[in-house]
Amino acid sequence: MLLIYCPYCEEERSELEFRGAGDAHIARPENIADITDEEFEEYFFLRQNPKGLIFERWRHIHGCGRFFNAARDTVSDRFYTTYKAGEPKPDVSDILQSEQNKGAAK
Amino acid sequence: MADQVTVSRKAALTARGGSAEAILTPATAATRISLRAGAEALPALSAALGVTLPTRPKTSASSGQRHALWIGPDEWLVFDESEADLMAAAASSGTLHSAADISHRNVAVIVSGPGANVAINSGCPQDLSLAIFPVGGCSRTILGKAEIILFRTAEDQFRVECWRSFSPFVFGLLSEGAADAGY
Ligand SMILES: [Zn+2]
Repeated sequence: MLLIYCPYCEEERSELEFRGAGDAHIARPENIADITDEEFEEYFFLRQNPKGLIFERWRHIHGCGRFFNAARDTVSDRFYTTYKAGEPKPDVSDILQSEQNKGAAK
Repeated sequence: MADQVTVSRKAALTARGGSAEAILTPATAATRISLRAGAEALPALSAALGVTLPTRPKTSASSGQRHALWIGPDEWLVFDESEADLMAAAASSGTLHSAADISHRNVAVIVSGPGANVAINSGCPQDLSLAIFPVGGCSRTILGKAEIILFRTAEDQFRVECWRSFSPFVFGLLSEGAADAGY
């Protein structure tokens, strides 16, 4: 069973309490009535679906109910880190560097 | 003109159950509110409710028959076992808040005995060891396919709150877990 650290409950909980909610840090255009169909498509539908590190929204739906963000590896399903909604997106190189350090320490 | 009839309340759960290791008892009727409020409203709301709304995850506060359970950063379950009017109490605070009367939406099962944690863990993934889930600890979580709110009222006793229509399922799953708790 996958354990996910909820930044609001401040502990790891079973994946059964959570629900994924798509990519994180996608800003809704402020002039949404003015943008072209292509720009809307880009904002609304198109996602990178990367192999490896991805930033996602998750919701602790059967816990505190809060949305939060997570950096997850799409290959291993490992959660690198989770953080509260509204907090800045962590630096990718920092995440990967700290993973390397953990690996080296083993 | 139609004759007036007096209806009586039909309890969702009536029978006791469980095993020697984990006894299952339907909780008595209680009033309940689902309370949402911002930090600035908490002192006045706490004073009006007569119980200090907890602000740390998984913690609760009790005053006599009244209990306030932290559910989320701005959400509490407040219930009163003497069926006092919680809606009126919250409204008297004069604060900006949302209180929904869920007295009859939820029912609760009391799970008690040395195998109470084992019975609940048959369908709930939370760590119920005393260090992680101490007496007074509470959490919204799941039991099988049902969402529950778990409240540890003693080392060997939990209150399991669930939505009324899920209560036969919750009671049934807890019964299975209670039967297994002795092995
Ligand atoms: Zn949470």
